[in-house]
Amino acid sequence: MIAPRLRRRVGSAIMTTLVVALCLLAVLPLLFILGDLTVKGASSIDWNFFTKSPVPAGQTGGGVANAIVGTGIIVGLACLFGLPIGIGAGVFLAEYGSGRLGWLVRFVADVLNGTPSIVMGIFVWGWFVKPLGHFSALAGGLALAALMIPMVARTTEEMVRLVPHSLREAALALGYPRWRTSLRVVVRTALAGIVTGGLVAVARIAGETAPLLFTALGNLNFSTNILQPMQTLSLQIYVYATGPFDEWHRLAWAAALVLMALVLGLAVLARWATRQRDGTG
Amino acid sequence: MALADAALHLATERLTALFHRTAAVKEVSLMFPRHTVTAIIGPSGCGKSTFLRCLNRMHELSDGGWVTGKVLLEGVDIYGGRVNPVEVRRRVGMVFQRPTPFPTMSIYDNVVAGLRVNGRLPQTTLDEAVERALRQSALWDEVKDRLRVSALDLSGGQQQRLCIARAVAPGPDVLLLDEPTASLDPLGTLRIEELCHELKRRYTIVIVTHNLQQAARVSDYTAFFYLGELIEVGRTKDIFTKPRVERTEAYITGRFG
Repeated sequence: MIAPRLRRRVGSAIMTTLVVALCLLAVLPLLFILGDLTVKGASSIDWNFFTKSPVPAGQTGGGVANAIVGTGIIVGLACLFGLPIGIGAGVFLAEYGSGRLGWLVRFVADVLNGTPSIVMGIFVWGWFVKPLGHFSALAGGLALAALMIPMVARTTEEMVRLVPHSLREAALALGYPRWRTSLRVVVRTALAGIVTGGLVAVARIAGETAPLLFTALGNLNFSTNILQPMQTLSLQIYVYATGPFDEWHRLAWAAALVLMALVLGLAVLARWATRQRDGTG
Repeated sequence: MALADAALHLATERLTALFHRTAAVKEVSLMFPRHTVTAIIGPSGCGKSTFLRCLNRMHELSDGGWVTGKVLLEGVDIYGGRVNPVEVRRRVGMVFQRPTPFPTMSIYDNVVAGLRVNGRLPQTTLDEAVERALRQSALWDEVKDRLRVSALDLSGGQQQRLCIARAVAPGPDVLLLDEPTASLDPLGTLRIEELCHELKRRYTIVIVTHNLQQAARVSDYTAFFYLGELIEVGRTKDIFTKPRVERTEAYITGRFG
Protein backbone atom coordinates (compact mmCIF):
# COMPACT_ATOMS: atom_id res chain seq x y z
CA MET A 1 0.00 0.00 0.00
CA ILE A 2 2.71 2.43 1.03
CA ALA A 3 5.27 1.50 -1.61
CA PRO A 4 3.44 2.90 -4.67
CA ARG A 5 2.83 6.20 -2.93
CA LEU A 6 6.44 6.49 -1.85
CA ARG A 7 7.62 5.62 -5.31
CA ARG A 8 5.38 8.30 -6.75
CA ARG A 9 6.64 10.92 -4.34
CA VAL A 10 10.29 10.06 -4.98
CA GLY A 11 9.69 10.05 -8.70
CA SER A 12 7.99 13.42 -8.48
CA ALA A 13 10.85 14.89 -6.43
CA ILE A 14 13.47 13.62 -8.89
CA MET A 15 11.59 14.99 -11.89
CA THR A 16 11.02 18.36 -10.23
CA THR A 17 14.71 18.67 -9.39
CA LEU A 18 15.63 17.68 -12.92
CA VAL A 19 13.28 20.20 -14.49
CA VAL A 20 14.47 23.01 -12.23
CA ALA A 21 18.09 22.14 -12.97
CA LEU A 22 17.48 22.14 -16.73
CA CYS A 23 15.64 25.42 -16.41
CA LEU A 24 18.62 26.98 -14.62
CA LEU A 25 20.91 25.55 -17.26
CA ALA A 26 18.84 27.26 -19.94
CA VAL A 27 19.00 30.63 -18.18
CA LEU A 28 22.69 30.26 -17.35
CA PRO A 29 24.05 31.47 -20.73
CA LEU A 30 22.02 34.67 -20.45
CA LEU A 31 23.34 35.31 -16.95
CA PHE A 32 26.92 34.58 -18.06
CA ILE A 33 26.59 36.89 -21.06
CA LEU A 34 25.12 39.70 -18.99
CA GLY A 35 27.70 39.20 -16.22
CA ASP A 36 30.63 39.03 -18.59
CA LEU A 37 29.49 42.09 -20.55
CA THR A 38 28.97 44.05 -17.37
CA VAL A 39 32.38 43.13 -15.96
CA LYS A 40 34.26 43.89 -19.16
CA GLY A 41 32.13 46.69 -20.58
CA ALA A 42 30.61 48.72 -17.76
CA SER A 43 33.88 50.40 -16.79
CA SER A 44 34.23 51.89 -20.27
CA ILE A 45 30.78 53.43 -20.30
CA ASP A 46 30.87 57.12 -19.47
CA TRP A 47 29.41 60.31 -20.86
CA ASN A 48 31.91 60.43 -23.71
CA PHE A 49 30.93 56.95 -24.77
CA PHE A 50 27.44 58.15 -25.63
CA THR A 51 28.30 61.61 -26.96
CA LYS A 52 31.58 61.31 -28.89
CA SER A 53 32.34 59.69 -32.20
CA PRO A 54 35.28 57.31 -32.56
CA VAL A 55 38.77 58.80 -32.57
CA PRO A 56 41.48 57.65 -35.03
CA ALA A 57 43.06 54.28 -34.31
CA GLY A 58 45.74 54.29 -31.65
CA GLN A 59 44.34 57.24 -29.71
CA THR A 60 42.41 56.73 -26.50
CA GLY A 61 38.98 58.15 -25.70
CA GLY A 62 36.09 58.69 -28.10
CA GLY A 63 32.71 56.98 -28.05
CA VAL A 64 30.15 55.32 -30.23
CA ALA A 65 27.58 58.11 -30.56
CA ASN A 66 27.57 57.57 -34.32
CA ALA A 67 26.75 53.88 -33.89
CA ILE A 68 23.97 54.51 -31.35
CA VAL A 69 22.31 57.11 -33.56
CA GLY A 70 22.92 54.93 -36.61
CA THR A 71 21.28 51.93 -34.98
CA GLY A 72 18.27 54.09 -34.19
CA ILE A 73 18.00 55.39 -37.74
CA ILE A 74 18.49 52.05 -39.48
CA VAL A 75 16.11 50.20 -37.15
CA GLY A 76 13.64 53.07 -37.63
CA LEU A 77 13.90 52.70 -41.41
CA ALA A 78 13.40 48.96 -41.08
CA CYS A 79 10.24 49.56 -39.01
CA LEU A 80 9.00 52.13 -41.51
CA PHE A 81 9.07 49.55 -44.31
CA GLY A 82 8.76 46.34 -42.35
CA LEU A 83 5.94 46.97 -39.87
CA PRO A 84 3.19 48.14 -42.27
CA ILE A 85 3.95 45.42 -44.80
CA GLY A 86 4.39 42.73 -42.17
CA ILE A 87 1.25 43.64 -40.22
CA GLY A 88 -0.75 44.07 -43.42
CA ALA A 89 0.37 40.67 -44.67
CA GLY A 90 -0.46 39.11 -41.29
CA VAL A 91 -3.97 40.56 -41.24
CA PHE A 92 -4.48 39.39 -44.81
CA LEU A 93 -3.34 35.87 -43.93
CA ALA A 94 -5.62 35.62 -40.92
CA GLU A 95 -8.70 37.25 -42.43
CA TYR A 96 -8.59 36.36 -46.10
CA GLY A 97 -5.79 33.85 -46.37
CA SER A 98 -7.76 30.62 -46.66
CA GLY A 99 -7.30 30.32 -50.41
CA ARG A 100 -4.39 29.50 -52.65
CA LEU A 101 -2.81 32.96 -52.40
CA GLY A 102 -2.88 32.73 -48.61
CA TRP A 103 -1.17 29.37 -48.73
CA LEU A 104 1.51 30.78 -51.03
CA VAL A 105 2.14 33.88 -48.88
CA ARG A 106 2.33 31.73 -45.74
CA PHE A 107 4.77 29.35 -47.39
CA VAL A 108 6.98 32.20 -48.63
CA ALA A 109 6.93 33.83 -45.20
CA ASP A 110 7.99 30.57 -43.54
CA VAL A 111 10.84 30.11 -46.02
CA LEU A 112 11.96 33.72 -45.52
CA ASN A 113 11.80 33.25 -41.76
CA GLY A 114 14.36 30.49 -42.08
CA THR A 115 16.59 32.33 -44.56
CA PRO A 116 20.03 33.20 -43.14
CA SER A 117 20.20 36.94 -42.56
CA ILE A 118 23.38 37.29 -44.58
CA VAL A 119 21.45 36.09 -47.63
CA MET A 120 19.06 39.01 -47.13
CA GLY A 121 22.11 41.28 -47.12
CA ILE A 122 23.41 39.85 -50.37
CA PHE A 123 19.96 40.13 -51.89
CA VAL A 124 19.65 43.82 -51.00
CA TRP A 125 23.22 44.43 -52.10
CA GLY A 126 22.48 42.89 -55.51
CA TRP A 127 19.20 44.69 -56.07
CA PHE A 128 19.78 47.99 -54.37
CA VAL A 129 23.39 48.78 -53.47
CA LYS A 130 24.96 47.62 -56.72
CA PRO A 131 22.56 49.39 -59.11
CA LEU A 132 22.85 52.61 -57.10
CA GLY A 133 26.60 52.29 -56.87
CA HIS A 134 27.07 52.98 -53.16
CA PHE A 135 26.37 51.62 -49.70
CA SER A 136 23.75 53.39 -47.63
CA ALA A 137 21.78 53.34 -44.40
CA LEU A 138 18.64 53.04 -46.52
CA ALA A 139 19.91 49.76 -47.97
CA GLY A 140 20.65 48.54 -44.43
CA GLY A 141 17.12 49.46 -43.37
CA LEU A 142 15.70 47.55 -46.34
CA ALA A 143 17.73 44.45 -45.49
CA LEU A 144 16.50 44.53 -41.90
CA ALA A 145 12.94 45.19 -43.09
CA ALA A 146 13.15 42.10 -45.28
CA LEU A 147 14.10 40.13 -42.17
CA MET A 148 11.29 41.69 -40.16
CA ILE A 149 8.41 41.23 -42.59
CA PRO A 150 8.02 37.44 -42.36
CA MET A 151 8.43 37.51 -38.57
CA VAL A 152 5.86 40.26 -38.09
CA ALA A 153 3.49 38.73 -40.63
CA ARG A 154 3.40 35.37 -38.89
CA THR A 155 3.04 36.73 -35.34
CA THR A 156 0.33 39.16 -36.51
CA GLU A 157 -1.50 36.30 -38.17
CA GLU A 158 -1.40 34.25 -34.98
CA MET A 159 -2.65 37.16 -32.88
CA VAL A 160 -5.48 38.04 -35.27
CA ARG A 161 -6.54 34.39 -35.40
CA LEU A 162 -6.98 34.43 -31.63
CA VAL A 163 -9.80 36.97 -31.90
CA PRO A 164 -13.04 35.00 -31.42
CA HIS A 165 -15.13 34.47 -34.53
CA SER A 166 -18.19 35.68 -32.63
CA LEU A 167 -16.76 39.22 -32.50
CA ARG A 168 -16.40 39.29 -36.28
CA GLU A 169 -19.98 38.10 -36.66
CA ALA A 170 -21.23 40.70 -34.19
CA ALA A 171 -19.59 43.48 -36.19
CA LEU A 172 -20.81 42.14 -39.52
CA ALA A 173 -24.35 41.81 -38.13
CA LEU A 174 -24.21 45.50 -37.17
CA GLY A 175 -23.68 46.37 -40.81
CA TYR A 176 -19.91 46.75 -40.77
CA PRO A 177 -18.35 46.11 -44.16
CA ARG A 178 -15.81 43.33 -44.04
CA TRP A 179 -12.66 45.51 -44.22
CA ARG A 180 -13.99 47.70 -41.42
CA THR A 181 -14.71 44.68 -39.30
CA SER A 182 -11.11 43.63 -39.81
CA LEU A 183 -9.68 47.03 -38.88
CA ARG A 184 -12.01 48.42 -36.21
CA VAL A 185 -12.87 45.27 -34.32
CA VAL A 186 -10.50 42.43 -35.12
CA VAL A 187 -7.19 44.29 -35.37
CA ARG A 188 -8.07 46.52 -32.43
CA THR A 189 -8.79 43.50 -30.29
CA ALA A 190 -5.53 41.87 -31.34
CA LEU A 191 -3.51 45.08 -31.04
CA ALA A 192 -1.63 44.21 -27.83
CA GLY A 193 -0.40 40.99 -29.39
CA ILE A 194 0.54 42.71 -32.64
CA VAL A 195 2.53 45.38 -30.78
CA THR A 196 4.33 42.67 -28.83
CA GLY A 197 5.16 40.81 -32.03
CA GLY A 198 6.51 44.04 -33.53
CA LEU A 199 8.69 44.77 -30.51
CA VAL A 200 10.09 41.24 -30.48
CA ALA A 201 10.92 41.58 -34.18
CA VAL A 202 12.64 44.94 -33.54
CA ALA A 203 14.66 43.34 -30.76
CA ARG A 204 15.65 40.55 -33.13
CA ILE A 205 16.88 42.83 -35.93
CA ALA A 206 18.48 45.50 -33.72
CA GLY A 207 21.46 43.24 -33.12
CA GLU A 208 21.84 41.92 -36.68
CA THR A 209 25.27 42.37 -38.22
CA ALA A 210 25.51 40.14 -41.28
CA PRO A 211 22.84 41.82 -43.44
CA LEU A 212 24.40 45.23 -42.74
CA LEU A 213 27.95 44.31 -43.78
CA PHE A 214 27.38 45.03 -47.43
CA THR A 215 24.42 47.36 -47.19
CA ALA A 216 24.94 49.98 -44.46
CA LEU A 217 28.65 49.11 -44.48
CA GLY A 218 29.58 51.11 -41.38
CA ASN A 219 31.03 54.57 -40.93
CA LEU A 220 33.62 55.80 -38.45
CA ASN A 221 32.22 59.32 -38.59
CA PHE A 222 28.97 60.67 -37.28
CA SER A 223 26.38 60.64 -40.08
CA THR A 224 22.64 61.04 -40.30
CA ASN A 225 22.42 60.94 -44.09
CA ILE A 226 20.44 57.84 -44.96
CA LEU A 227 21.88 57.78 -48.46
CA GLN A 228 25.41 57.41 -47.10
CA PRO A 229 27.07 54.53 -45.24
CA MET A 230 26.17 54.51 -41.57
CA GLN A 231 27.48 52.86 -38.43
CA THR A 232 25.46 50.64 -36.12
CA LEU A 233 26.35 49.16 -32.75
CA SER A 234 26.61 45.67 -34.20
CA LEU A 235 28.95 46.81 -36.99
CA GLN A 236 31.00 48.80 -34.51
CA ILE A 237 31.39 45.73 -32.32
CA TYR A 238 32.40 43.67 -35.34
CA VAL A 239 35.06 46.16 -36.43
CA TYR A 240 36.42 46.84 -32.93
CA ALA A 241 36.40 43.23 -31.77
CA THR A 242 38.31 42.02 -34.82
CA GLY A 243 40.75 44.95 -34.71
CA PRO A 244 44.23 44.86 -33.16
CA PHE A 245 43.97 47.56 -30.47
CA ASP A 246 43.16 47.06 -26.77
CA GLU A 247 41.32 50.37 -26.78
CA TRP A 248 39.02 49.02 -29.50
CA HIS A 249 38.41 45.80 -27.60
CA ARG A 250 37.44 47.81 -24.53
CA LEU A 251 34.92 49.86 -26.53
CA ALA A 252 33.59 46.72 -28.24
CA TRP A 253 32.72 45.23 -24.84
CA ALA A 254 30.99 48.44 -23.83
CA ALA A 255 29.07 48.63 -27.13
CA ALA A 256 28.01 45.01 -26.71
CA LEU A 257 26.69 45.81 -23.25
CA VAL A 258 24.69 48.76 -24.59
CA LEU A 259 23.28 46.67 -27.44
CA MET A 260 22.35 43.86 -25.04
CA ALA A 261 20.65 46.33 -22.72
CA LEU A 262 18.73 47.76 -25.67
CA VAL A 263 17.48 44.36 -26.80
CA LEU A 264 16.63 43.33 -23.24
CA GLY A 265 14.79 46.61 -22.73
CA LEU A 266 12.70 45.99 -25.86
CA ALA A 267 11.87 42.49 -24.69
CA VAL A 268 10.75 43.79 -21.30
CA LEU A 269 8.73 46.52 -23.02
CA ALA A 270 7.03 43.88 -25.16
CA ARG A 271 6.06 41.94 -22.04
CA TRP A 272 4.82 45.08 -20.36
CA ALA A 273 2.72 46.11 -23.39
CA THR A 274 0.98 42.74 -23.40
CA ARG A 275 0.23 42.83 -19.72
CA GLN A 276 -1.05 46.41 -19.78
CA ARG A 277 -3.63 45.76 -22.44
CA ASP A 278 -4.55 42.31 -21.29
CA GLY A 279 -5.94 43.95 -18.19
CA THR A 280 -9.17 44.56 -20.07
CA GLY A 281 -9.13 41.46 -22.22
CA MET B 1 -55.86 40.97 -48.02
CA ALA B 2 -54.70 44.57 -48.26
CA LEU B 3 -54.79 44.86 -44.51
CA ALA B 4 -52.80 41.67 -44.10
CA ASP B 5 -50.17 42.96 -46.51
CA ALA B 6 -49.82 46.22 -44.66
CA ALA B 7 -49.26 44.40 -41.39
CA LEU B 8 -46.86 41.97 -43.00
CA HIS B 9 -43.30 43.04 -42.35
CA LEU B 10 -41.02 40.19 -43.18
CA ALA B 11 -41.67 36.99 -45.10
CA THR B 12 -39.77 34.12 -46.60
CA GLU B 13 -40.81 32.33 -49.78
CA ARG B 14 -39.54 28.80 -50.29
CA LEU B 15 -36.31 29.72 -48.57
CA THR B 16 -33.66 27.03 -48.77
CA ALA B 17 -30.31 27.46 -47.00
CA LEU B 18 -27.39 25.27 -47.97
CA PHE B 19 -23.90 24.47 -46.77
CA HIS B 20 -22.07 23.49 -49.93
CA ARG B 21 -24.53 20.89 -51.31
CA THR B 22 -26.36 20.02 -48.12
CA ALA B 23 -29.61 21.80 -47.36
CA ALA B 24 -29.96 22.85 -43.71
CA VAL B 25 -33.25 24.64 -44.28
CA LYS B 26 -35.68 23.36 -46.91
CA GLU B 27 -38.24 25.46 -48.75
CA VAL B 28 -39.51 27.36 -45.76
CA SER B 29 -42.27 29.93 -46.33
CA LEU B 30 -43.07 31.97 -43.24
CA MET B 31 -44.65 35.35 -42.54
CA PHE B 32 -43.77 37.71 -39.74
CA PRO B 33 -46.42 40.39 -39.04
CA ARG B 34 -45.25 43.80 -37.85
CA HIS B 35 -44.79 44.29 -34.11
CA THR B 36 -45.08 40.65 -33.21
CA VAL B 37 -42.72 38.16 -31.64
CA THR B 38 -42.31 34.91 -33.53
CA ALA B 39 -40.54 32.05 -31.79
CA ILE B 40 -38.75 29.37 -33.76
CA ILE B 41 -38.47 26.10 -31.89
CA GLY B 42 -37.19 22.66 -32.70
CA PRO B 43 -34.55 20.14 -31.65
CA SER B 44 -30.83 20.82 -32.09
CA GLY B 45 -29.71 20.77 -35.68
CA CYS B 46 -33.17 21.43 -37.08
CA GLY B 47 -31.94 24.49 -38.98
CA LYS B 48 -33.59 27.16 -36.85
CA SER B 49 -30.40 29.20 -36.32
CA THR B 50 -29.46 28.82 -39.97
CA PHE B 51 -32.91 30.03 -40.95
CA LEU B 52 -32.53 33.07 -38.69
CA ARG B 53 -29.15 33.88 -40.20
CA CYS B 54 -30.74 33.95 -43.65
CA LEU B 55 -32.99 36.81 -42.59
CA ASN B 56 -30.10 39.29 -42.39
CA ARG B 57 -27.84 37.64 -44.94
CA MET B 58 -25.41 36.34 -42.35
CA HIS B 59 -25.73 32.75 -43.57
CA GLU B 60 -23.80 33.46 -46.75
CA LEU B 61 -20.77 34.46 -44.64
CA SER B 62 -20.49 30.92 -43.29
CA ASP B 63 -18.16 28.55 -45.08
CA GLY B 64 -20.03 27.22 -48.11
CA GLY B 65 -23.24 29.00 -47.17
CA TRP B 66 -25.74 29.94 -49.89
CA VAL B 67 -29.43 30.44 -50.29
CA THR B 68 -32.27 29.93 -52.76
CA GLY B 69 -35.78 31.36 -52.54
CA LYS B 70 -36.78 34.79 -51.30
CA VAL B 71 -36.73 36.85 -48.11
CA LEU B 72 -39.07 39.80 -48.45
CA LEU B 73 -38.48 42.78 -46.20
CA GLU B 74 -41.38 45.17 -46.72
CA GLY B 75 -42.02 43.51 -50.03
CA VAL B 76 -38.45 43.76 -51.35
CA ASP B 77 -36.37 40.60 -51.77
CA ILE B 78 -33.20 41.13 -49.73
CA TYR B 79 -31.47 38.59 -51.96
CA GLY B 80 -32.31 40.66 -55.03
CA GLY B 81 -29.44 41.63 -57.30
CA ARG B 82 -29.29 45.29 -56.35
CA VAL B 83 -29.47 44.83 -52.59
CA ASN B 84 -26.32 45.43 -50.58
CA PRO B 85 -26.05 42.86 -47.75
CA VAL B 86 -24.39 45.43 -45.51
CA GLU B 87 -27.51 47.64 -45.81
CA VAL B 88 -29.74 44.67 -44.98
CA ARG B 89 -27.78 44.03 -41.79
CA ARG B 90 -28.25 47.63 -40.73
CA ARG B 91 -32.03 47.25 -41.05
CA VAL B 92 -32.19 43.81 -39.48
CA GLY B 93 -30.39 43.72 -36.13
CA MET B 94 -29.14 40.52 -34.54
CA VAL B 95 -28.23 39.32 -31.05
CA PHE B 96 -26.27 36.11 -30.60
CA GLN B 97 -26.26 33.21 -28.13
CA ARG B 98 -23.31 34.49 -26.18
CA PRO B 99 -22.82 38.16 -25.33
CA THR B 100 -20.35 39.64 -27.80
CA PRO B 101 -19.42 43.13 -26.57
CA PHE B 102 -16.38 44.55 -28.34
CA PRO B 103 -13.68 44.09 -25.69
CA THR B 104 -11.61 47.14 -26.62
CA MET B 105 -14.56 49.53 -26.43
CA SER B 106 -16.37 51.22 -23.56
CA ILE B 107 -20.07 50.70 -22.89
CA TYR B 108 -20.77 53.95 -24.73
CA ASP B 109 -18.64 53.04 -27.75
CA ASN B 110 -20.25 49.62 -27.95
CA VAL B 111 -23.73 51.12 -28.17
CA VAL B 112 -22.80 53.60 -30.90
CA ALA B 113 -20.63 51.14 -32.86
CA GLY B 114 -23.40 50.53 -35.38
CA LEU B 115 -24.11 54.26 -35.74
CA ARG B 116 -20.51 55.31 -36.25
CA VAL B 117 -20.12 52.97 -39.17
CA ASN B 118 -22.27 55.36 -41.20
CA GLY B 119 -19.85 58.21 -40.69
CA ARG B 120 -19.37 60.98 -38.16
CA LEU B 121 -22.40 62.08 -36.20
CA PRO B 122 -22.75 65.06 -33.82
CA GLN B 123 -21.96 64.27 -30.19
CA THR B 124 -25.49 65.16 -29.04
CA THR B 125 -27.01 62.73 -31.54
CA LEU B 126 -24.78 59.98 -30.23
CA ASP B 127 -25.52 60.84 -26.59
CA GLU B 128 -29.25 60.71 -27.26
CA ALA B 129 -28.95 57.44 -29.16
CA VAL B 130 -27.00 55.87 -26.30
CA GLU B 131 -29.58 56.84 -23.71
CA ARG B 132 -32.48 55.75 -25.90
CA ALA B 133 -30.93 52.39 -26.75
CA LEU B 134 -29.89 51.67 -23.17
CA ARG B 135 -33.35 52.59 -21.88
CA GLN B 136 -34.95 50.31 -24.45
CA SER B 137 -32.72 47.46 -23.35
CA ALA B 138 -33.44 48.19 -19.67
CA LEU B 139 -29.79 48.80 -18.89
CA TRP B 140 -29.71 52.57 -18.54
CA ASP B 141 -30.21 52.80 -14.79
CA GLU B 142 -27.46 50.29 -14.14
CA VAL B 143 -24.77 51.89 -16.32
CA LYS B 144 -25.63 55.57 -16.74
CA ASP B 145 -22.88 56.65 -14.35
CA ARG B 146 -20.15 54.54 -15.92
CA LEU B 147 -20.65 54.72 -19.66
CA ARG B 148 -16.91 55.08 -20.21
CA VAL B 149 -15.80 51.89 -18.50
CA SER B 150 -14.96 48.76 -20.47
CA ALA B 151 -17.95 46.72 -21.58
CA LEU B 152 -16.24 43.68 -20.06
CA ASP B 153 -16.84 45.08 -16.56
CA LEU B 154 -20.52 44.17 -16.91
CA SER B 155 -22.06 40.85 -15.86
CA GLY B 156 -23.07 38.32 -18.50
CA GLY B 157 -26.72 39.35 -18.39
CA GLN B 158 -25.82 43.02 -18.59
CA GLN B 159 -23.48 42.30 -21.50
CA GLN B 160 -26.31 40.61 -23.35
CA ARG B 161 -28.60 43.61 -22.77
CA LEU B 162 -25.74 45.81 -23.96
CA CYS B 163 -25.67 43.74 -27.15
CA ILE B 164 -29.41 44.32 -27.53
CA ALA B 165 -28.82 48.05 -27.03
CA ARG B 166 -26.08 47.92 -29.65
CA ALA B 167 -28.43 46.12 -32.05
CA VAL B 168 -31.31 48.59 -31.59
CA ALA B 169 -29.21 51.79 -31.54
CA PRO B 170 -28.96 52.16 -35.33
CA GLY B 171 -32.78 51.94 -35.49
CA PRO B 172 -33.39 48.64 -37.27
CA ASP B 173 -36.86 47.44 -38.31
CA VAL B 174 -36.44 43.82 -37.34
CA LEU B 175 -34.62 42.22 -34.41
CA LEU B 176 -33.32 38.67 -34.66
CA LEU B 177 -32.52 36.94 -31.37
CA ASP B 178 -30.55 33.70 -31.63
CA GLU B 179 -31.07 31.91 -28.30
CA PRO B 180 -30.32 35.16 -26.48
CA THR B 181 -30.64 33.64 -23.02
CA ALA B 182 -28.67 30.45 -23.64
CA SER B 183 -25.74 31.59 -21.51
CA LEU B 184 -27.65 33.55 -18.86
CA ASP B 185 -28.88 32.72 -15.36
CA PRO B 186 -32.64 32.65 -14.60
CA LEU B 187 -32.75 36.30 -13.55
CA GLY B 188 -30.92 37.46 -16.66
CA THR B 189 -33.26 35.28 -18.72
CA LEU B 190 -36.30 36.84 -17.12
CA ARG B 191 -35.12 40.36 -17.88
CA ILE B 192 -34.50 39.54 -21.54
CA GLU B 193 -37.95 37.97 -21.80
CA GLU B 194 -39.59 41.02 -20.27
CA LEU B 195 -37.62 43.08 -22.73
CA CYS B 196 -39.11 41.18 -25.66
CA HIS B 197 -42.56 42.42 -24.68
CA GLU B 198 -41.29 45.99 -24.57
CA LEU B 199 -39.29 45.79 -27.78
CA LYS B 200 -42.06 44.37 -29.93
CA ARG B 201 -43.88 47.69 -29.75
CA ARG B 202 -41.08 49.09 -31.91
CA TYR B 203 -39.65 46.14 -33.75
CA THR B 204 -40.66 42.92 -35.39
CA ILE B 205 -38.90 40.19 -33.45
CA VAL B 206 -37.88 36.69 -34.44
CA ILE B 207 -36.45 34.63 -31.60
CA VAL B 208 -34.83 31.21 -31.81
CA THR B 209 -35.06 29.30 -28.57
CA HIS B 210 -34.40 25.90 -27.10
CA ASN B 211 -36.63 26.66 -24.20
CA LEU B 212 -40.29 25.85 -24.85
CA GLN B 213 -41.54 27.75 -21.81
CA GLN B 214 -39.70 30.76 -23.11
CA ALA B 215 -41.36 30.45 -26.49
CA ALA B 216 -44.74 30.20 -24.77
CA ARG B 217 -44.01 33.22 -22.57
CA VAL B 218 -42.63 35.69 -25.10
CA SER B 219 -44.06 34.93 -28.51
CA ASP B 220 -47.27 35.66 -30.40
CA TYR B 221 -46.53 33.09 -33.08
CA THR B 222 -44.52 29.90 -32.92
CA ALA B 223 -42.94 27.96 -35.77
CA PHE B 224 -41.76 24.39 -35.26
CA PHE B 225 -38.82 23.22 -37.36
CA TYR B 226 -37.68 19.65 -37.74
CA LEU B 227 -34.81 18.41 -39.94
CA GLY B 228 -34.69 21.68 -41.82
CA GLU B 229 -38.39 21.73 -42.63
CA LEU B 230 -41.13 23.91 -41.27
CA ILE B 231 -43.53 21.44 -39.68
CA GLU B 232 -46.12 23.77 -38.26
CA VAL B 233 -46.70 27.45 -37.57
CA GLY B 234 -49.52 29.20 -35.80
CA ARG B 235 -50.53 31.36 -32.85
CA THR B 236 -48.42 30.38 -29.89
CA LYS B 237 -51.35 29.40 -27.71
CA ASP B 238 -52.72 27.18 -30.48
CA ILE B 239 -49.38 25.49 -31.06
CA PHE B 240 -48.98 24.76 -27.38
CA THR B 241 -52.57 23.71 -26.65
CA LYS B 242 -53.85 22.08 -29.81
CA PRO B 243 -51.11 21.43 -32.37
CA ARG B 244 -52.38 20.04 -35.62
CA VAL B 245 -49.36 17.93 -36.47
CA GLU B 246 -48.50 14.90 -34.40
CA ARG B 247 -44.76 15.56 -34.49
CA THR B 248 -45.26 19.03 -33.03
CA GLU B 249 -47.28 17.59 -30.22
CA ALA B 250 -44.63 14.97 -29.58
CA TYR B 251 -41.96 17.66 -29.35
CA ILE B 252 -43.79 20.11 -27.12
CA THR B 253 -44.90 17.38 -24.77
CA GLY B 254 -41.30 16.23 -24.48
CA ARG B 255 -41.65 12.86 -26.17
CA PHE B 256 -38.68 13.53 -28.45
CA GLY B 257 -36.09 16.18 -29.26
